[in-house]
Amino acid sequence: MQKNYIFTKSHEWFDPKTNKVGITAFAIEHIGDVVEVELPEEDEEMDKGDEAGTIESVKTASELFCPVSGKVVKINEELEDSPELLNESPFDKGWLFKLEPSDSGEFSELMNVDEYSKFCAEEED
Amino acid sequence: MSEIKSGILRKEPLIFEKSQPGREGFSLPAAEIPRLKELPDSCLRKEDPVLPALSEVEVIRHYTRLSHWNHCIELGTYPLGSCTMKYNPKINEKIAEIRGLTSLHPAQSQDDIQGALELMYTLEKELCDLSGFSRVTLQPSAGANGEFTGLSIIQKAIKEKGEAQNRKKVLIPDSAHGTNPASVVLNGFEPVEIKSGPDGYLEIESIKPHLDSQLAAIMVTNPNTLGIYERNLCEISKAVHEAGGYVYMDGANFNAIMGVVKPGDIGVDTMHFNLHKTFSTPHGGGGPGAGPVGVVKALEPYLPVPIVEKDKQGQYFLDTDRPSSIGKVHPFYGNYAVLVRALVYILENGSSGLAEVTKRAVLNARYLRARLSKILEIPYKTDTLHEAVFSDRKIKKETGVTTMDVAKRLLDFGVHPPTVYFPLIVSGAFMVEPTETESLQDLDAFVDIVSQILDETKTDPEKVKTAPHNTGVGRLDETYAARSKILRWKKKK
Amino acid sequence: MRYLPQSEFDIKKMLKEIRVGSIEELFSSIPKEEKISEVKLEEGRDELHLCRFFHNLAAKNKVKDIILAGGGVYPHNFPAAAASIVSRPEFATAYTPYQPEVSQGTLQAIFEFQTMVSELMQLEVANASMYDAGSALGEALLMAYRVKRGKRKKVLVSKAISPDYLQVVKTMLQSFGDIEIEYLPWDSKTGKTILPQSLDKNIAAVALGYPNYFGVIEDISRMTTLTSSKKALAITVSQDAAVFGMLEAPGNLGVDIAVAEGMSLAGTWGMGGPGVGLMATRKKYTKKMPGRIVGQTKDEDGNSGYVLTLATREQHIRREKATSNICTNQALVALAFTVHLSLLGSRGLTRINALMRNRALELYEELLAIKGIKPVFTGPFFNEFVLSFPGNTEKLRKFLADHGIVFGIYLKKYSDVDSVFDNTIVLSTTELIETQDIKKTIKLVKQFYQD
Repeated sequence: MQKNYIFTKSHEWFDPKTNKVGITAFAIEHIGDVVEVELPEEDEEMDKGDEAGTIESVKTASELFCPVSGKVVKINEELEDSPELLNESPFDKGWLFKLEPSDSGEFSELMNVDEYSKFCAEEED
Repeated sequence: MSEIKSGILRKEPLIFEKSQPGREGFSLPAAEIPRLKELPDSCLRKEDPVLPALSEVEVIRHYTRLSHWNHCIELGTYPLGSCTMKYNPKINEKIAEIRGLTSLHPAQSQDDIQGALELMYTLEKELCDLSGFSRVTLQPSAGANGEFTGLSIIQKAIKEKGEAQNRKKVLIPDSAHGTNPASVVLNGFEPVEIKSGPDGYLEIESIKPHLDSQLAAIMVTNPNTLGIYERNLCEISKAVHEAGGYVYMDGANFNAIMGVVKPGDIGVDTMHFNLHKTFSTPHGGGGPGAGPVGVVKALEPYLPVPIVEKDKQGQYFLDTDRPSSIGKVHPFYGNYAVLVRALVYILENGSSGLAEVTKRAVLNARYLRARLSKILEIPYKTDTLHEAVFSDRKIKKETGVTTMDVAKRLLDFGVHPPTVYFPLIVSGAFMVEPTETESLQDLDAFVDIVSQILDETKTDPEKVKTAPHNTGVGRLDETYAARSKILRWKKKK
Repeated sequence: MRYLPQSEFDIKKMLKEIRVGSIEELFSSIPKEEKISEVKLEEGRDELHLCRFFHNLAAKNKVKDIILAGGGVYPHNFPAAAASIVSRPEFATAYTPYQPEVSQGTLQAIFEFQTMVSELMQLEVANASMYDAGSALGEALLMAYRVKRGKRKKVLVSKAISPDYLQVVKTMLQSFGDIEIEYLPWDSKTGKTILPQSLDKNIAAVALGYPNYFGVIEDISRMTTLTSSKKALAITVSQDAAVFGMLEAPGNLGVDIAVAEGMSLAGTWGMGGPGVGLMATRKKYTKKMPGRIVGQTKDEDGNSGYVLTLATREQHIRREKATSNICTNQALVALAFTVHLSLLGSRGLTRINALMRNRALELYEELLAIKGIKPVFTGPFFNEFVLSFPGNTEKLRKFLADHGIVFGIYLKKYSDVDSVFDNTIVLSTTELIETQDIKKTIKLVKQFYQD
């Protein structure tokens, strides 16, 4: 798992370096084979915690929440034809969209890698 | 029990792929040159739609061959819980074909369709008698459409009281069908999930926190999707009414109490019937069904228009002059041909016969439960009526075999699996509803097959996990289907 | 009872296994006071009496041989071959195809149905059907609202759409609550809907009848130019899918969602149902569509097969977030439609269209030759049109009904909007109407006015 990423309790990750948003391998494991990804539109303004889209497998649809506030500047268009990228590479090629964060103060509210790993272990039980 | 080898199943291409230029399968009056010059060119089609060109015999063979790939009630047991796959009497079909009953146009004057109006009037009366409601609308096209209609009626009643702004919450138990919350949203209400009690039925305590001025209604399936009678419903209804709310009953399982309990007598304000479940009309591979809705006296003004009335001279007429009505839910009178079949079934049985049907349905289900609970885990020990729900928790832990695997393996024995993974509150649910039309031998055979499969989970789990083996196609790749989205045939270039 | 296979002996054995003494005990979980105390014992009927009862009912109806009325219910021919397939128990007595391995018949037939609907409409994606065209129109408007993510809260709906459909739509949208309907009036001269010059930003969709309730062919391209300029959706609703043998497909005119009624080709038009609502749309809106959809796939050996797909739109998975509460499609009616179109092919469908069209013109011209009968609208029509009649129109219709003719639909009952509807009738024809039927009708109309 990427060391510098920060994480939400709803299993989104945010990379403060590239401003990319994605969801974690842990969440993908639970969703199964991804068949469809619905993403926000470019230029859309989001608040932290806003519903930003859905990740779907054949039998489930999981909501995606915006990890930090900001404006959507780019979406990962490759996912439209290749949703399997989320299964194959959730932390890299399976990124979802790029944000222009409006308040970097929010970053500290998210978990770091160690905190998140612990959080997942607890969820498993 | 031995596995089934089907007869001859033919790989059948799509009908478009069989098409041959120059062939035709119709018999129509001679070709004419259409007079099109009065029409602007912009509204005329430039290219014909691509449809198959085949002779009648080729079309018949194609669809007859396709039919062989289907399981159906007339082939064998179909114990889908909650779906009530009972035998569909042949006489229903014969009567529904009587020309004088069906070859009628809605534009005909009411004098000329007295028989059809009488038929609908009679069916309504029969449904009222069975349910204890004061009126029933026959318009809704299906159960879900009935839910929409019933909730719309409740919404209108709330509006007339001037409480529409506040009363938005509809309570739905966690065991409910997915249609319930979806219907609630379609009516502009907000669903609130209520937990079922530890014994599988609703407890008044879980309702109490919601009894306030925001409560619009509670939606209860009774018996619920575990097959358990909601014994607190009377008390719950009272409490809901006192809080100014209404009680909607999902009648999907009415077949378990028909002739035993009248929902209108126990505090239910409105309920839909599923004519394709309780009243034996064919499911048709997914419709058409019919979902009439009954209401108590106080909700009568809001019923959809028109309703059939009878005047003093004994003439039937369509009453459209109902100012408080929610309007129409079907462009005409509902799925009329389905209504015909349901009335045939009701009149063939009579009310005493229908009560007997209910008893036998419960007898069959309880017998199956008694036998299956010796080999399968049953998460709720409470008495059930027309169906029983088992769980795969134990087998899954011990052998890795899931409900889905057992379901697929059942196919190899020519038996349709029960409803699986529903209700959601049971892990790996396996929901069995045999209906009254299965014989003791059919039930025993089903148990023997399940038992044999459970043995296999220990001796040869791979066989179960890779089932089915005898069907024309194996397990189909649903992920591939959803990713590739091939939703129609296209000509190969 | 012939449908109850349990003998007295079986019942005893079963009760013993269940460990109860009587069938009544099986119902002990129901509180006593809730049980029906007085059971009305109405006996059933044997097959002979059952048939007699229903034949008596049938005798109280008057079946007419010449039906010149449509309004969403068009008596088309339904071939014996199609009827025989539809009555096969493998199709009729199967459930929704949840177990695809033993439901390939239904699934493949629906896939063929989707292909045909998509072809007729020239739109990439069709669903497995809706209840009827009226509710399908309501669903299309709700779908447009979803496409616009609930941000556009108004729809423009033509008042010239079938009033029967509009009433269903009104019930649906009123109950939903978050969408406002603004009705577009029609031009009293042409019978075409008056479209606004431009669209407000809050409009999610515009809907027109194609053809409309008066049979008039609307300017669909004008609507789609308007909608596309403001990124709203263009919707059409057609009362009889058969007309797309000759009328331009909605998809080719820029329509985003096309719905139509299919029952008239499916042999289930009697008393107006069961219907089958066809719905097709552009590929990009697939995920916003309500209803079942069948997709092609393969098994682990690479055999091709069909499954219900894209189910995360639906109520059984998505619950309160579903695109609709619809559960079933109208599978058997959709099958009837599919088999009929397979028999017809495009050549047969064209033939039906030619017959519909030519008989309609014959009827139109011959009626207009009678003094006092006048056309009401100048807009183009295909096989359905509105005329005004001198004298008492209801008496005229009654007189013709007594001679076995359903003489159109009297428009008076829809006159709440426009006084144009005094003494007007909307008439239509299908391939079942022959020239001699028209001659007979004309003769009787003349006779009525002479007397």
